[in-house]
Amino acid sequence: MRHIISVLLENEPGALSRVVGLFSQRNYNIESLTVAPTDDATLSRLTVTTIGDDRVIEQITKHLNKLIDVVKVVDLTEGDHIERELMMIKLKASGAARAEIKRTADIFRGQIIDVTPNTYTVQLIGASDKLDAFISALGAANIMEVVRSGVSGIARGEKTLSL
Amino acid sequence: MVVRALRDEGVKYIYGYPGGALLHVYDAIFQQEEVQHILVRHEQAATHMADAYARATGKAGVALVTSGPGATNAVTGIATAYMDSIPMVVITGQVMSHLVGEDAFQETDMMGISRPIVKHNFSVSRPEDIPAVIKKAFHIAQTGRPGPVVVDIPKDMTTPTERFEYEYPKSVKLRSYNPISRGHSGQIKKATDLLLAAKRPVIYVGGGVIMGNASNEITELSRLLNYPVTCTLMGLGAYPGTDRQSLGMLGMHGSYEANMAMHHSDLILAVGARFDDRVTNGVDKFCPTAKIIHIDIDPASISKTIKADIPIVGPAQSVLTEMLELVASAKKQPDEAALKAWWEQIDEWRARHGGRYRTDDSELMKPQQVIEMLSKVTNGDAYVCSDVGQHQMFAAQYYKFNKPNRWINSGGLGTMGFGLPAAMGVKLNFPDADVACVTGEGSIQMNIQELSTCKQYDLPVKIINLNNQSLGMVRQWQDMNYESRHSHSYMKSLPDFIKLAESYGHVGMKVEKYEDLEAAMREAFALKDRLVFMDIYVDPFEHVYPMQVARGSMRDMWLNKTERT
Ligand SMILES: Cc1ncc(C[n+]2csc(CCOP(=O)(O)OP(=O)(O)O)c2C)c(N)n1
Ligand SMILES: [Mg+2]
Repeated sequence: MRHIISVLLENEPGALSRVVGLFSQRNYNIESLTVAPTDDATLSRLTVTTIGDDRVIEQITKHLNKLIDVVKVVDLTEGDHIERELMMIKLKASGAARAEIKRTADIFRGQIIDVTPNTYTVQLIGASDKLDAFISALGAANIMEVVRSGVSGIARGEKTLSL
Repeated sequence: MVVRALRDEGVKYIYGYPGGALLHVYDAIFQQEEVQHILVRHEQAATHMADAYARATGKAGVALVTSGPGATNAVTGIATAYMDSIPMVVITGQVMSHLVGEDAFQETDMMGISRPIVKHNFSVSRPEDIPAVIKKAFHIAQTGRPGPVVVDIPKDMTTPTERFEYEYPKSVKLRSYNPISRGHSGQIKKATDLLLAAKRPVIYVGGGVIMGNASNEITELSRLLNYPVTCTLMGLGAYPGTDRQSLGMLGMHGSYEANMAMHHSDLILAVGARFDDRVTNGVDKFCPTAKIIHIDIDPASISKTIKADIPIVGPAQSVLTEMLELVASAKKQPDEAALKAWWEQIDEWRARHGGRYRTDDSELMKPQQVIEMLSKVTNGDAYVCSDVGQHQMFAAQYYKFNKPNRWINSGGLGTMGFGLPAAMGVKLNFPDADVACVTGEGSIQMNIQELSTCKQYDLPVKIINLNNQSLGMVRQWQDMNYESRHSHSYMKSLPDFIKLAESYGHVGMKVEKYEDLEAAMREAFALKDRLVFMDIYVDPFEHVYPMQVARGSMRDMWLNKTERT
């Protein structure tokens, strides 16, 4: 099963490499990874999506917790949560396709953020499966370039991941 | 600052080797006497000495190596300590900070290289941080599940002309590191109930009991319950090996009775052990009828390979103390009739195959005989520091350890070359104790240069070289799995170890007949202030048995060359 694991990490040099190293060293897979500082400059927040059975996920969270630079770990998929990913996608947009792409982008609530006579660049925010759906709706022929941020997640309700 | 911090941490010996990046530090060492430096002949030996000190005392040992090749030479020793959860602080020199990343002379990315084999590592970026970093390094190395910590110090962090406020912190607090101090009482209660209800129990003891200083507690609990105890390779000595309740070692080369008892048990109390693949054999066939209570300080060790029915995360000592109180005050006591039947079964297994080997199939001495003699001559009281191979397994099987911290070997990594430096580290710190290095002609040659260090610092260890003129353990696998095609497991051109020992200024003894063994060994141990290299010729064709059949259950074993369960 796919899991979204959020980690609060000391904002120290080398901290990220410890997390990434752990995944490769123990043969856990990383689907996506995002990391950035938080409102507290001494802390980074990292979100990793990974696939594994319960035993593997349990090991992943335990090993993450063991890293000295890791302050807190939570598996967001254990509770209600919101996940978002940002995608920018550059598309061939000439002739009849141009209007069609615009329509599709509107349906998905994407925004066109850059335009040339032959291309559109669309920005789309949502859960990863929505982004996937947009890509397949467009068809491979039109796609010139895709860049995705990886997943960020947060728990619903009053639960927080903080010190 | 480095040396002062080590002094204030109470460090007596550091083991190391100088080089460009460490010249400032070495100059500081020269100008004081409290922290004594031991100059090894290869950095790997420095790490093993520090490691063995930790294994014998529970306190972190300290190694000091220069950047580049010094640091990479230390890698094997760091990994060895990591795999066995041994506390150690390794200080590595680094090139000047402005040169880091430029492929400067003798630069290696030690933070990157060591990352997967340390509990944590630090790189010093401001000289004034040195005392706090060193304090943290010791704190992390010695608490929780122990492990090695690397402190990488660029040369310009130790410039003697720059002066800073020095204060050694009394304590450390890290918001992201809070080792657990006791187990969950509810879980301990549940575990105790299950323990008392068992009909065919086994207590399975690992190295965590020794490092967690819980040998007394496990011994008391086992005695109180009258339950059988088996120790892992790392746990030997945690429970007295000569006691009736001891089944000896379990696992790949474990005793027949230990492996049989595990397989047929209905309850396993695992303490400070990690269900390593060398213990469990095929995990899908592991102990089918057993419920498992698993006590470990590291949550990640629990249910990693074998699912625990009752997990308890906490230090062995405090958890066992709580358990002892509960057992002592419990109304319900173990089912005596069931326990009696269980012991009868175990005694029958013991009588059938327990610890026997043939002496009639060869003219030559058997390695097992040598270890039994060593046990006899030293009253089971010596520090036995082993290398890796058949000799290691024979030592584990036939030396009867009655005390913890006496059996010092590389279990997790299986590092050939560990034995001699380990013996040196122990002897230096326990000058009055008998310290033996059990080794083979293969392993001893991996750090033979340390005979020179032994001379310089008067380290009269006794080297018991079980010379089978082959990489015996490799040869055994080739015999069993590759139709005896002995690909590169035979050592041609062995040196004359006697002359070699003598050339380093030590005593050499060659023993070829069993009749001569006892007298020679007694003589060697009587030479209190000399290193004696005993080159003992043993049967090259001997195998280590029992040996579990790969991917089988715990009870699937070869008992000798022709017979299996
Ligand atoms: C550094 C290292 N290299 C290779 C091995 C693989 N290995 C394990 S046991 C062994 C043979 C050891 O030979 P020896 O020291 O003579 O001991 P014996 O088995 O003959 O008693 C080898 C090569 C190892 N454990 N460590
Ligand atoms: Mg050999």
